[in-house]
Amino acid sequence: MATALLGERIKRKEDPRLIQGRGHYVDDIVLPGLLHLAFARSPHAHARIKSVDVTAAQAAPGVVAVYTGADLQGKVGMVPCAAGIEGLKVPEHPCLAVDEVRYVGEPVAVVVANSAYTARDAVEQVEVEYDPLPVVVDPEKALAPGAPRVHSKLADNVAFVAKLEGGDWKALEAEPGIKVIRQRLINQRLAPVAMETRGVVASYSPGEDLLTVWSSTQIPHILKTQLALMSGVEENHCRVIAPEVGGGFGSKLNVYGEEGVACYVSKALGRPVKWIESRRENLQATIHGRDQINDVEVYVRPDGKVAGLKCWIIADLGAYHQLLTPAIPTLTALMIVGAYHIPCVFVETKGVFTNKMATDAYRGAGRPEATYIIERVMDLVAAELNLDPVDVRMKNFPSPKDFPLALPTGVTYDSANYQRTLKKVLKAAGYTKLRKEQERLRKKGRYLGIGLSTYVEICAMGPSSRMPAGGWEFGSVRIEPTGKVTVLSGTSPHGQGEETTFAQIVASGFGIPYEDVTVLHGDTGVVPMGIGTFGSRTTAVGGTAIYLAVERLKKKMARIAAHKLGVKPGELEFKDGKVQTAGGEKAMRFLEVVAEAIFAKQLPPGVEPGLVEQCVFEPANFTFPFGAHLAVVEVDPDTGEVRLRNYYAVDDCGRVLNPMLVDGQIHGGLVQGIGQALWEEHVYDENGQLLTGTLMDYAVPRAHQFPWFETATTETPTRVNPLGAKGVGEAGTIGSTPAIVNAVVDALRPLGVRHIDMPLKPEKIWRVLRSASAA
Amino acid sequence: MIPQSFEYHVPRTLEEASRLAAQFGADGKFLAGGHSLIPMMKLRLAAPKHLIDLTCLRDLAYIREEGEHVRIGALTTHFRIESSALLKEKCPLLPETAREIGDVQVRNRGTIGGNLAHSDPAADWPAAVLALEAELRAVSPRGERGMAAKDFFVDLMTTALASDEVLVEIKVPQLGHGTGAAYAKLHHPASGYAMVGVAAVIALRDNGAVERAAVGITGVGPKAYRAFAVETALHGKPATQAHLNAAAAHAAEGVDVNADLYASAEYRSHLARVYTRRALEAAVKRARAAATA
Repeated sequence: MATALLGERIKRKEDPRLIQGRGHYVDDIVLPGLLHLAFARSPHAHARIKSVDVTAAQAAPGVVAVYTGADLQGKVGMVPCAAGIEGLKVPEHPCLAVDEVRYVGEPVAVVVANSAYTARDAVEQVEVEYDPLPVVVDPEKALAPGAPRVHSKLADNVAFVAKLEGGDWKALEAEPGIKVIRQRLINQRLAPVAMETRGVVASYSPGEDLLTVWSSTQIPHILKTQLALMSGVEENHCRVIAPEVGGGFGSKLNVYGEEGVACYVSKALGRPVKWIESRRENLQATIHGRDQINDVEVYVRPDGKVAGLKCWIIADLGAYHQLLTPAIPTLTALMIVGAYHIPCVFVETKGVFTNKMATDAYRGAGRPEATYIIERVMDLVAAELNLDPVDVRMKNFPSPKDFPLALPTGVTYDSANYQRTLKKVLKAAGYTKLRKEQERLRKKGRYLGIGLSTYVEICAMGPSSRMPAGGWEFGSVRIEPTGKVTVLSGTSPHGQGEETTFAQIVASGFGIPYEDVTVLHGDTGVVPMGIGTFGSRTTAVGGTAIYLAVERLKKKMARIAAHKLGVKPGELEFKDGKVQTAGGEKAMRFLEVVAEAIFAKQLPPGVEPGLVEQCVFEPANFTFPFGAHLAVVEVDPDTGEVRLRNYYAVDDCGRVLNPMLVDGQIHGGLVQGIGQALWEEHVYDENGQLLTGTLMDYAVPRAHQFPWFETATTETPTRVNPLGAKGVGEAGTIGSTPAIVNAVVDALRPLGVRHIDMPLKPEKIWRVLRSASAA
Repeated sequence: MIPQSFEYHVPRTLEEASRLAAQFGADGKFLAGGHSLIPMMKLRLAAPKHLIDLTCLRDLAYIREEGEHVRIGALTTHFRIESSALLKEKCPLLPETAREIGDVQVRNRGTIGGNLAHSDPAADWPAAVLALEAELRAVSPRGERGMAAKDFFVDLMTTALASDEVLVEIKVPQLGHGTGAAYAKLHHPASGYAMVGVAAVIALRDNGAVERAAVGITGVGPKAYRAFAVETALHGKPATQAHLNAAAAHAAEGVDVNADLYASAEYRSHLARVYTRRALEAAVKRARAAATA
């Protein structure tokens, strides 16, 4: 029984149940009369549906019903898109395809059966006759005149064009001595691959007209609103529960057609239904991440000062919009100047339809792309001008005194000290020594590479003015008669560990044991309102709501205790399970004050009985965490294999509430970011067939592929919230990808290499080595 | 991921297993650790109607020394081989190969016999048993027989086993004086299988010349194979770097080389040569150490 203070390295409250297999995920939900769903999916990337014959499937033993897109037409709403972009084209997106399929894996029909096995088998008996249509897979080809159209009702494949411009470009372009560097950078398509695939249980009770949905989601409240709209059940008759969720990485920040179908089927049959996604479906039909082509133009002065940046972004959106599909690449534009004071910016973002699964938020969501662009740019500048990449970065960083810093991109960075994180990582890695080692090894024909990334990201999403569904967060704190504390949060943590962080906030606020605090979340029947967990917002925004509710309760308790003790409320502090004056001469036990408040025998005039407070926190701005990463790699000259030798990460996520959780987020994030740089790539062939449709083909990073990560933090608190915390969920992923690519390109610099696109597969590098040795 | 439905059989004796296999013919499939077969069934790439689970035949899990040989029961797990003190001493190539298979969970469950009988073209064990010139012993209602490793792997996922034959034992000759062995592998980043895996056994004469070379290569062609051209190129030659390089150049000779998203046929052939050279280098080094020991 220890009082856990903020900033302490405390083990997670969640872990005992999770590591003992005692948590409950969607697939652990079993209800009487439960039926199982399986989806028939399109094997074609683009085809007209001529006919769907469900006779055989319907007749299979154990099959209860089969529904097609036509059956659901007009009865279930479209899959929603919440992105607000001027001029955005939003094609119809039915839960089950009706006339046409537009990507491999698009659901066409659903089988309802008494077991998951029966349902799966009967799917093979659904006979769909297709008339194949021309396929467009490459977004650049999709933009060409006369390209096959993904949506024949639309004039072309352009979903939107957005422009962002700032600074005096005329003056810059006319400036003598300005150098322009051009480069194309490709940010490949990725699969989020959460450990737990998607899953949903929908249970409609006709008597109460009550729809209860268990879903593996990051956003139970938003999902509740959307499923109410899709299913036609009134929202105050809908309840969504996110039980344990085995990872999301943005892929469950969404509303999926299968969820709409499950609600419809349960309502139509009056029985509970379950759908658990297979890994193959997960790779095909859960949103994908990234997939951008970035053409960059850098305007740089001879001394290495970057004065302007232009970028043309082609974002491959896939066939339909999911919840935030078109919004993701606009975040790239917003963060494109990174940690540098670049006065002139121009970004044109083109969202393009192709015959592929939709892209959407994947850990970092638009910012890894921005960071990749600007961090590769810094190294391109260094190479072009023959400067050290450290010096180029130092020259372009704003001073810590410049914050808050308004940028030409329209955002205002809250606080930072980029010089400090960079210096710290250089010291940790022994940069000068490393460069000397590199020199020595080069003479022996060995390719050692050192790569930097000094990223900044946009977190704690965010002010409601900038967020489609609002950016506030709800928190409430209730003290029970026994002195135990129940916390409700509108966020929906699913692995991040905020049951622990929130308990720390509450326990340290009240001066009570951390074990006395329980955090509830992820149930719209329990938590009145909420937005969810994404965009590194849960602690910074959700935690602040709880912190403020604690402060309100403390005020009330101090008033009650002061009345009893005959002191002023302002003289009281909460410490060691007591409410007391500074020296402790006058004191009441915490539990005594709770009893006074709840049993209400001698309350001061005007004080309501009970100890429950809630707060909806609206942040005034985003936060902007940052950091400096350094990767050391060695390239095998015989085979092109990249060996990651060392990785150093210094991250600044503002005030650190629990260093162990920060370490965990950084380590996991690094693995995903490095995975993109070296191995991961979701590949479609020219016919729109997915070539990486199993985990035997799609290379998810594994623990044994990595060296120990050397991590450290600096703390530059934010003023955007009273906790001073900025958020750290995506930092590792955002920072690490360019550090690796910069390191590999640095290794190969003696061969004249200036860029290689990801993933840095050995064959690609071997070909570079071979052509260099032939030249 | 749900496989098609199947009947599940648990024979208590080898005879019963073999009889069931004979009865079901092509509709039957033996199950050992299941780490190759079950994923294929879940993907519905394999759909046996009858699964004959051999894991109750506990007598088939053993490692023992008998005269000049080490005998390994077909149901011995990769992990048991990896951690066997006997094998580390008598046949270190096997623990070295086992270490490279999958991950700890896979190695705790998967078996050497299941792996060999499945004959995945990128599995690790085939390379090792080829290089060790092991004998693979099988039982059927017609009795027991032994097959040389080089005759065992017939084609893609096809072995010399008859459908009612159960692989029961891998019989490995102990390496003699002045002999060294090594396994060099590049892991496929997604599957962990071998993009290329090369097992080499080298016996040196007292004068440093190669008395005998045996090289097994997996991951490169439709089945694991003995690289006879590499072996021939080394035979009788001093084990110099130049000779090792020259011999390794034959690694993919005459092979219909695989291509996938991670390695074209051209690159994979190159990898075969590089990893063959590395396996030879390591084996020679160990052979020299063994000679002076």
